Amino acid sequence: MTKKTPLFDQHVAAGARIVDFGGWDMPLHYGSQKEEHHAVRQHAGVFDVSHMTIVDLAGERAREFLRYLLANDVAKLSVSGKALYTCMLNEQGGVIDDLIVYYIDDTHYRLVVNAATREKDLAWLRKQAEQFDTRISERAELAMLAVQGPKARELAAPCIDAEFRDAALDLKPFHGMDAGDWFVARTGYTGEDGWEIVVPAAEAPKLWDRLLAAGVRPSGLGARDTLRLEAAMNLYGNDMDEGVSPLESGLGWTVAWEPADRDFIGRAALEKQRAEGNVRRFVGLLLEDKGVLRDHQRVVVEGIGEGEITSGGFSPTIGRSIALARLPAGDYDRTQVDIRGKLLNVRVVKTPFVRNGEIRIDV
Amino acid sequence: MSELPGDLQYTSDHEWLRREEDGNVTVGITDHAQSALGDLVYVELPEVNQEVENGGDMAVVESVKAASDVYAPIGGTVVAVNDALSDDPEAINNDPYGEGWIVKLEPSGDEGELLSPDAYQALLDDIDS
Repeated sequence: MTKKTPLFDQHVAAGARIVDFGGWDMPLHYGSQKEEHHAVRQHAGVFDVSHMTIVDLAGERAREFLRYLLANDVAKLSVSGKALYTCMLNEQGGVIDDLIVYYIDDTHYRLVVNAATREKDLAWLRKQAEQFDTRISERAELAMLAVQGPKARELAAPCIDAEFRDAALDLKPFHGMDAGDWFVARTGYTGEDGWEIVVPAAEAPKLWDRLLAAGVRPSGLGARDTLRLEAAMNLYGNDMDEGVSPLESGLGWTVAWEPADRDFIGRAALEKQRAEGNVRRFVGLLLEDKGVLRDHQRVVVEGIGEGEITSGGFSPTIGRSIALARLPAGDYDRTQVDIRGKLLNVRVVKTPFVRNGEIRIDV
Repeated sequence: MSELPGDLQYTSDHEWLRREEDGNVTVGITDHAQSALGDLVYVELPEVNQEVENGGDMAVVESVKAASDVYAPIGGTVVAVNDALSDDPEAINNDPYGEGWIVKLEPSGDEGELLSPDAYQALLDDIDS
């Protein structure tokens, strides 16, 4: 039995092709994934991300708990509403999940974790929280909409209660705020400006309808995936999982090594990996030949070894195929990918591929 | 759901065949197939003169979502491929039974059971229900 978000009827009414995504009935697209992709890059689109798991933490030792639980350091957070992207690691340094943590105050935090990892995340959080006397509350009664694109905030602003509207428009990137019983954050997963808006489930359909009436295009998981790939944002389960460390997943920047005496789960394993060297590269690839790079294709680095594409696809903005890949250590910028037995040429490029509507790589 | 062209034959893999006057057979994928695949971004075509077996790999169509094999609906020799698809794969989305044709085969006689428009429509009705 699949679960439905509070916006299921809205999706059907908008002509969605519904697919099972981690146990949820979710919209893949509403007719054309490519047009939805372009709408977000050039105008505004809205995604139902209510399947994601919102968890609130409360307790006198909540800050201490998160400094131990997460590889990034919540001590960096001192302004209420500020967000931090981080990995949650196991003792071996593998990634249990990636998540966003919002700082409310030193005793209150909000986490947004992935839908597919919900159960193991909650189990891990509860297990680790025991010794820190921190309360873990899943907020399943909340819905979340991501309004993304250069026009997203402007078009969504009239939906925000007038009392909070100006403050919401003044939010800096990666900051959020309470707006009555809503929560508005200038975050997203597309490489475009926009908001993620958390609302009580019962209010989600009306907000959705108003956004569509304002000209915001309903956009499905398909476009969400090509947008995040262009923005070179990792997808849990594809680009990293419990078997690889953030250092081999392009997420070394999210690991807070300082202060050196902060003990966090997985630290010892990461330090060992870093000291040993030979850490695999995590790179962006551009296909120079015709074809499409796909997840799990074999990458051949002549004279060095082999790697694998972790996320591959067609970039609607660039009009070429791009990918994220985990490759052997070494200094090289040309490789080949095995597509149905043929070796095609790919170039290693600096990511992101696309950001704020602009192509950022040489094509 | 649009009506199926009545002059074509179909397969349960959602391909269509048109028997041309010169004896060759034009092959493409159905409207249902293109719709399920979504926006096409790349088509890998066989070589002209390549021989294909009934049910064997013949082409690959790739959408933004995934790559899908197109199987040869009958055995034969490839006599023409739709080169226009390399620059305009979306022709398959826009006109699956016309501009979006994929290959022309010269039949070898290696054929199995093909579906009439009514039989294919019944199969689609089953999928939808």
